[in-house]
Amino acid sequence: MGAEHVQARIGAYADSVTLMQVSARAQAIAGVRGVLVAMATELNLGLLDGLGLRAPAGISPHDLLVAIKADDAAALHAALAVIDEALAHGPGVASGQPGGPGGPEAAPLTTRSAVARAGRGIALISVPGQYALAEAMDALEAGCDVMVFSDNVPVEHEVALKEVAARQGRLVMGPDCGTAIVAGLGLGFANAVRPGPIGLVAASGTGAQQVSCLLDVAGAGCGAVLGVGGRDLSAVVGGRSARTALALLDEDPGTELIMLLSKPPDPQVAAGLRRFADMLATPVQFALIGPGQPDLTTATETALAAIGVPVPAWPAWPAWPTWPVRSAFPTPASQARHALAGGLRGLFAGGTLCDEAMVIATGLLGEIYSNRPFAPELRLDALDPLLPVDHRPLTARHAMIDFGADELTSGRPHPMIDQRLRLDRLDAEAADPATAVIMLDVVLGYGAHPDPAAELAPAIQAAVAARDSLAVVVALIGTAGDPQGLTAQVTTLAEAGADVFASNAQAARFACGLITGTEPARAHGAAK
Amino acid sequence: MTDLLRREPRVISAGLGLLADAVTQQSAPVIRVDWAPPMPGTAGDLAVVLADPRRTEANALAVTRMLGCRAHLVDVLPASTALRLRPGEFLHAGPPVDWDRASGPLRGALMGAALFEGLTTDPDSASAGGPAALGIGSLEPCHGRGAVGPMAGVVSPSMWMFVLEDQADGRRSYCSLNEGLGKVLRYGAYSAPVIDRLTWMARVLGPLLQAAVRRHGPVDVTAILAAMVQMGDEAHNRNRAGTLMLLRDLLPAMVESGQPSADVADAARFIGGNDHFFLNLAMPACKLALDAARDIPGAAMVVAMARNGTDFGIQVSGTGSTWFTAPALVPEGLFLAGYGPGDANPDIGDSAITETAGLGGFAMAAAPAIAALVGGSAATALASTQRMYEITLAEHPLFGIPQLDFRGTPTGIDVTLVTRTSVLPQINTGMAGRVAGTGQVGAGLVTPPPEVFPAALRELATRASRNS
Repeated sequence: MGAEHVQARIGAYADSVTLMQVSARAQAIAGVRGVLVAMATELNLGLLDGLGLRAPAGISPHDLLVAIKADDAAALHAALAVIDEALAHGPGVASGQPGGPGGPEAAPLTTRSAVARAGRGIALISVPGQYALAEAMDALEAGCDVMVFSDNVPVEHEVALKEVAARQGRLVMGPDCGTAIVAGLGLGFANAVRPGPIGLVAASGTGAQQVSCLLDVAGAGCGAVLGVGGRDLSAVVGGRSARTALALLDEDPGTELIMLLSKPPDPQVAAGLRRFADMLATPVQFALIGPGQPDLTTATETALAAIGVPVPAWPAWPAWPTWPVRSAFPTPASQARHALAGGLRGLFAGGTLCDEAMVIATGLLGEIYSNRPFAPELRLDALDPLLPVDHRPLTARHAMIDFGADELTSGRPHPMIDQRLRLDRLDAEAADPATAVIMLDVVLGYGAHPDPAAELAPAIQAAVAARDSLAVVVALIGTAGDPQGLTAQVTTLAEAGADVFASNAQAARFACGLITGTEPARAHGAAK
Repeated sequence: MTDLLRREPRVISAGLGLLADAVTQQSAPVIRVDWAPPMPGTAGDLAVVLADPRRTEANALAVTRMLGCRAHLVDVLPASTALRLRPGEFLHAGPPVDWDRASGPLRGALMGAALFEGLTTDPDSASAGGPAALGIGSLEPCHGRGAVGPMAGVVSPSMWMFVLEDQADGRRSYCSLNEGLGKVLRYGAYSAPVIDRLTWMARVLGPLLQAAVRRHGPVDVTAILAAMVQMGDEAHNRNRAGTLMLLRDLLPAMVESGQPSADVADAARFIGGNDHFFLNLAMPACKLALDAARDIPGAAMVVAMARNGTDFGIQVSGTGSTWFTAPALVPEGLFLAGYGPGDANPDIGDSAITETAGLGGFAMAAAPAIAALVGGSAATALASTQRMYEITLAEHPLFGIPQLDFRGTPTGIDVTLVTRTSVLPQINTGMAGRVAGTGQVGAGLVTPPPEVFPAALRELATRASRNS
């Protein structure tokens, strides 16, 4: 008999990353079987079900859920003590704030108050999406530029903010595209990219990270990266931020070429932006992501050619597991000479990386099921991603899941920070005999998980060790300067048995090739 | 065009601590917002109100009008003249309330006022017959007549009123004369000494002050408020410096008024011996300033907070004369000898107009001497004022707090900031006994019931949607 504890803490709040860290600390205690400390969103209540626990009656998303399952009462109490202690330390007194005549002042409670104390700056807003407007509006009214990192921001809020920004001559970056590099400072998810002459305007967060990392590898580097929000080029938002961002980069003397990255935009918005771009002194290269468009790697190569920088062979690192193998001669699956039987399963943290892989895989393998499919009949249930809407099993079919989709981030950190849902899925896919190849993206940089490879490696190792006919392919988006350490991440992943690529497009082609049997077996060099 | 790419980057981070950490990791300065979700159910209305294109300018106009008001004491008149209050008409503090829902202290004050007006000789028996038996013909809020009243706030036609005027536009506000502490009408007491005092105030004090003010000329009440905040008064629970400055201004004119010297001496002794005498000038001065900020479409600034002993109500600039009400809370604090928490009536009085105007609890940092009276310390007084900056639109340029290097008091409560931060206005208050006739039982701190702010926000949102 174990011990259980489920409690609703009415009106308590902490941000989702803090709660993830608290959960992890409690989970690490011996005898603790499962812990969920999270805001009681529908998604998180679903996870509570998964622990086999029942939600307290009347709990709302405004309440904090504390759920523990342990072997015995002692372990449960130890976990509860860790949770209470961790949650007791709020931000409290503002760090680094001068005391002032009244002594140290409590931390500001709104962006408005923070700007009043510290002066103008860039407001980085990452509160849950439905509340982002208030903080962003504070910032705009105080003359600040804004980056809205939050997911789940209603589109009418986005339009309202961008209209105010246009009137005030300010830039709103985001929402739902958490990447920017401004004056050398990475905001949200951003890589340590060397400075260079190419500026990015991106309606795609991980798209911008892929391109900026490849530009770094090529030695060209890049200047400002302005993520304008995943919906900016839609008809309703109308490219409001893209226009401002283009004008900003045009004024910037260091920018020689502007790349505009976006999923296929609304035709009228695109036409308007092209006319606008034509009037600028700086050339603008449109890099659109979708069926029939060049992939991000190809678009990067085009940009390099335009500024006269040679295209390098994009780095790739073959799987080289160091763990003891069952057969006498270690032959990781990716080095097999024959096609692998079964389906391709892509588990992505980056939405654009998922899209890009789906475009490539659709071309090479055919239909791809997804929670963000190219056709409605290919839709997977968001919370049970293995189940297509037609309820036929996925066996031998191909599927890709974007774990950064809004429905999977409500009350949870982005999967680039919290890999829990993806790790669970990875185990499930590895156990499914119909799975032939698992493709993952691992995105490094500021704001991302401090050591994603360490979390993924045991799962990858277990998957590859269990079955010779299963391969794991990783697109690793990062630079040598990223805080996680590129080399260490590559080593951990390759030693666990994954084939690792710097180019997501190359990784996707390689993964498909393992199934069709057409791809060269080894991952060395440019796999074109 | 923004200078985003040319400035040395500094960051204000609201949300994930991890992202702020990443900025620190890159050696750039970052200030962190201690963010929490707004009051439940307000996210949608907040978005509508914050996106209302009228809001910023409307709030700025409300602030400018409020801060621009200079209140002068220009006359002292009976309520029958000043407010055209007719026999049988009574005013009370707070939002509207009828006899049936009236609290003990309000009933006690009404019984005393009926006695004082000669409408009854036996209020205890008459009150069993309801308001009609007491001779009470009508009962309405002070606020509706441009007046304010402390605690029960009862005004009857024969009571004398301070008349304050904004000389720039001729607007006026009114308040009765302060009776002192303890067994007094405003705390619901109506025994013989209470009525005798009221009678003396109407017969001697009122006319004497009228003569003095008319002889002296207008007294700049706003200037006294500014000075007293630097002398340890917060103008709600401490008015000692303000009272003495008023006496300094008026005493020569009182002496020269030609009234009997014994009356002048009694009046000077009464005023000087009542540290709260100036409260009844601070309140109408605040009322006059806030009335200037009323009825600005789109403005989310609170223009009145008032309690009738049963309900707490607020009015907001952008929502006209609508009261947003909920049951008043019971203050927490210290009790006079012989009384305890069970004796306290729920919050009562128009005096929260001082907090609404940036004084009282909002200026607590300036009045460390009474921090203990309301159950705190000098440090909590500072923290209390500093917290109020989170929910206010402006800093009062005249009310500089010495302890904060003469930073202006937090002024102009914004409904959206209260609902966003869940920080409630801090009110210093006296406590009345819940049984009619008891009088004062203590003093302490109280806040509005939180639900009045989401209710006001909802109406602002409704009006904003209608306007768009």
